[in-house]
Amino acid sequence: MSNALPDEHFFRRESGRLVATLTRLLGVDQLALAEDAVQETLAAAVEVWAFQGLPDNPSAWLMTSAKNRAFSLLRRERTARKFAPEIGRLADAEVEPASAESEPGLPKALEDDELRMMFSCCHPDITEDAQVALVLSLLGGFSAHEVASAFLVSDAAMEKRLARAKKVLSGSRTLFELGAGDFGARLSAVHRALYLLFNEGYHGASPDSVVRVDLCREALRLVSLLVEHVPAATPATHALAALMALHAARLPARMDEAGGLTELSRQDRSRWDTRLIGRGLELLETSARGEVVSEYHLEGAIAATHALAPSAEETPWGAIVELYDALLELRPSPVIALNRAVALAEHEGPERGLEALEALEEVEQLARYPFYPAALGELELRRGRTAVARKHFQDAHRLARNAAERRFLEQRLAAATTSSSSSARPPR
Amino acid sequence: MSDFLYLYRLPADSPDMPDSPKRMQERLEMWRAWFKDLEARGQLKALGHPLETSGAVLKNGGRTVNDGPYAESKDIVLGYSIVQVRDLAEARTVASGCPVLRYGGMVEVRPIRQV
Repeated sequence: MSNALPDEHFFRRESGRLVATLTRLLGVDQLALAEDAVQETLAAAVEVWAFQGLPDNPSAWLMTSAKNRAFSLLRRERTARKFAPEIGRLADAEVEPASAESEPGLPKALEDDELRMMFSCCHPDITEDAQVALVLSLLGGFSAHEVASAFLVSDAAMEKRLARAKKVLSGSRTLFELGAGDFGARLSAVHRALYLLFNEGYHGASPDSVVRVDLCREALRLVSLLVEHVPAATPATHALAALMALHAARLPARMDEAGGLTELSRQDRSRWDTRLIGRGLELLETSARGEVVSEYHLEGAIAATHALAPSAEETPWGAIVELYDALLELRPSPVIALNRAVALAEHEGPERGLEALEALEEVEQLARYPFYPAALGELELRRGRTAVARKHFQDAHRLARNAAERRFLEQRLAAATTSSSSSARPPR
Repeated sequence: MSDFLYLYRLPADSPDMPDSPKRMQERLEMWRAWFKDLEARGQLKALGHPLETSGAVLKNGGRTVNDGPYAESKDIVLGYSIVQVRDLAEARTVASGCPVLRYGGMVEVRPIRQV
């Protein structure tokens, strides 16, 4: 009983792997059964391991036990039928865990199972929101309740969303074939889902900072699977991985234990994770070897520029504005335009930033986004118009989505009240 | 020193395991820590076993057989251990640290009859 599990995410990770492998063995139409078998396997592991201690290879134990359990569930379900092809398929499947004994990394077969599941979750008939939820549920091993709380929707709504998505998935003939003709298109959808997943963790509304860090971590883990798998390791994949690593590097300085936010300009840069920054820069360099410049390249380059700047003041804001300009051409979005305006204000002064904010198109899409009025308030404050700034911060406060954002905006409101000249941007 | 049987019980209508892998792992770690503590203090006479939540109950000289693990009460014995401590008071104090109490369960503490 002296040995220990690798980390506190072990069960979640294993759950994703087991579901992916069982689904490949049983057929995607048996997704629900695979999930049940995995659930039961993990529950059994809790009881047996509590009393008997951990087995030498917990992953292998789980895989063998999950296969046996799926086998017996299937037999129970199919007793009425004479012919049950799934049982044959499962019985014939070679027992993989043996290879896990010596391999320190992820055995290839398991990795492929997870990748296929990831691509399958990003089915074009499943909405983007539901794709992300499905990835979290099936690959990330998050319960419906945990996914619901990450997205700030009710458990019932999330269960419905997941059930609908799972129906589409189990209705598709097979798991996605990694060599399929529409691989490229599906890879783009996977990128998008992982990007949204990471953003939900980084900028999302969940008040629980632990949940949010878990989302970022899961996105990083899944994008690494893409990076390590040759056909999926495209320049855009590297750029996406770079962007995540560079943002994740700032997490320790950005979120405190209480879930409080510190915006980029005020972060203690010595708390940035230099290892992750190094990894991000490396990935970004690799991503530049292709022909294409994706939105992830541009966002990655913006993150890298921040990561390399010794301080907020010494940031090359002109270069950042240019990167935002290019990004807006590739992917017009009011949030990106907002960020560009804030960078422009740093570069050319608050008046130019305000002009850009006032010129924003599709501003109605930002109607519920607290950092739009917050940015207005910030720039007005820097112009010395404290009364106007206060009004904007009050508007922003009303839109705040959680306690951390409220606390952050209260601080800004207080700054406007004491007429401090310090600056703040949307926490990035 | 006396021996005590700890019966870990859970109401039959409460879910015996959370549906979140993360919570399951937390539960496993609580149990591991609990047994490790007992062992470190020299109080764990027998680790015991976890029990399946299926089974049968025989009654009336064996003429009646109820499927399921319960005799009369509406709770399931999840497992048992044998603990060696000074007296019932200490056995109760020790049992109060049991993880099953943190998710709606009970510990039944029973002195083992000395011969």
